[in-house]
Amino acid sequence: MNTGVEGFMYPNEMQLQWSVLIVLYPFITGLVAGAFILASLARIFHIAAVQPVYRLSLLTALAFMMVAPLPLQLHLGHPERSLEMYLTPHKTSAMAMFGFVYLWYLMVVLLLEIWLDYRKDIVLAARSSTGWKKWLYTALTLGSNRIDERSLHVDERVGWFVTLIGIPSAFLLHGYVGFIFGSVKANPWWSSPLMPVVFIFSAMVSGIAAVLLVYQASCYFRKRPVDMPCLDTIAKYLFYTFLIDFSLEMLDLVHRTYESSQSFRTLDFMVHTRLFGSQIVGQIFLGTLIPLALLLFTQVGKPSEHIRRTLYTLGAFLTLLGIFSMRWNVVIGGQLFSKSYLGYTTYKMEFAEREGLLPAIILMILPFVLLWIMVKILPPWQEQKA
Amino acid sequence: MSMSRRDLLAAAGKFIILSGAAQEAMESATGDLAPDSKYRMAEHYWAMTIDINKCIGCGNCVKACAQENEVPKGFFRTWVERYEVSGDDLEHPRVDSPNGGMNGFPSIDKPADKAFFVSKLCNHCAHSPCVQSCPVGATFESPDGVVLVDQKYCVGCGYCIQACPYGCRYMHPTKHVADKCSLCYHRITKGLTTACCEVCPTGSRRLADLKDPKDPVHDFLRVNKIQVLKPEMATGAKVFYKDLDGSVR
Repeated sequence: MNTGVEGFMYPNEMQLQWSVLIVLYPFITGLVAGAFILASLARIFHIAAVQPVYRLSLLTALAFMMVAPLPLQLHLGHPERSLEMYLTPHKTSAMAMFGFVYLWYLMVVLLLEIWLDYRKDIVLAARSSTGWKKWLYTALTLGSNRIDERSLHVDERVGWFVTLIGIPSAFLLHGYVGFIFGSVKANPWWSSPLMPVVFIFSAMVSGIAAVLLVYQASCYFRKRPVDMPCLDTIAKYLFYTFLIDFSLEMLDLVHRTYESSQSFRTLDFMVHTRLFGSQIVGQIFLGTLIPLALLLFTQVGKPSEHIRRTLYTLGAFLTLLGIFSMRWNVVIGGQLFSKSYLGYTTYKMEFAEREGLLPAIILMILPFVLLWIMVKILPPWQEQKA
Repeated sequence: MSMSRRDLLAAAGKFIILSGAAQEAMESATGDLAPDSKYRMAEHYWAMTIDINKCIGCGNCVKACAQENEVPKGFFRTWVERYEVSGDDLEHPRVDSPNGGMNGFPSIDKPADKAFFVSKLCNHCAHSPCVQSCPVGATFESPDGVVLVDQKYCVGCGYCIQACPYGCRYMHPTKHVADKCSLCYHRITKGLTTACCEVCPTGSRRLADLKDPKDPVHDFLRVNKIQVLKPEMATGAKVFYKDLDGSVR
């Protein structure tokens, strides 16, 4: 019996279906999509200032992309049957296409773009290295060893085209995740046509914030100076996308409040009680208003470089906290109230269970381990490329 | 090996009982029909009618369902809710369903203006959100109008449970697949009624075959004021309630 129940829940609603792992799923795919969009600024929109983080953004996106399906696999009651989603997808299901969208994005967009961009470096490394490294880089060339001017030109053109496809694909990846929630008409907390749009912009916000932090951390560990024009530009884009994201979320809030439909009182009560910490404090105050204020100050106040860096770092941390809280509030918040609108339940997170906090922490550390390995194999640093 | 007549009879008895139980369990799990079944799916379209005024909240239906379908403790394929409504406050009814109403209801200290019982089960919707949302098609609507789960195929993602507006589904705690009312498919395809209807002492619940012109359901729908749960969800629910109060959700 769930002792955290207040009011009336349908008897089968005591058990929450989706845990913290499903919170990680949109959070991680959001980071993938956002990091890729940042990379595309350099490639497609020729924003030269962000060139130093182009490759790092792609590798960050790939590291998180490789982890993205793991929380889903851990969550499934029968993970051994997950291949059925590829083999016999049910066409009417909003969830059924995830595997295909994921594979498209991983194989066609990310891996192809990274391979094309690194191909020259891989071929050179295969020629110059010895031992197991030679084997590794030779395998990574996939038998494509020509690096004459014409070949590299083809790489460049194809890579540009892949990035061009990649932008709508990134939107598709995360907009699709938003649609999985937004299309559930039974749940008024989720059911909204704005959901995919909000997910896309929040993805951009989180991905840009993540790359901003990863880039600074990489400079710190490599003992290299931070490229301030690059950092300023990333922060500027973070600020603008965050403004759009916040406006969209406020539009959703105003709309719900003004409409005050059947579910409104229930949801309003939930936000002011069970979701107060994660929604009002975590998402809106700490995770949105404060980072927006910090970023605004850096934009209009023109503080010194040191202060800007500090504020960017703090702002990006808080932004990620806010976006994580947003994912939490969507996934967990959407299950805390009864579909009868007459009661509430609580979510008690386990620790060392399959869907507990420990696997969640491991899943959040894993992308950074993968990124570290990838950075060792495929160094993204601009000075080495030059 | 020698065997007495007594041993032989005991062994034969066990064999007959166990093979029958195994077949029953198999059909219960998959909804498959026995090969020699004369049942024709195309000749039926199942639904249920519930007369609110006849329900006395005894919980027999919940018990019978749990027993018939081996419903795990704490989960319900059917349950009974008690509503208490004061005056014109339809938006804030007091509702309870202790243990799904399986053991009846405690008496009320301060009675409201009106109180009544509402028994619930899967609505076997014609435009079912659970069927729509299942990513592998493990949840499906049979040609005779029953929404079923193929437990050998379900991946256990829980999306159908999120999609059901009525709270009729749950994740089976040991099988790790979605589970719900099957309208006792293993019974109705043999010409029996559902376990819940079988034991209802007042006839509040009745299994209905919408394709059978002689079924009393047609009179029931024609004569009475009928409502389905959450009509705004447009799910094509096929559990029809007589005299359903506006406060019920």
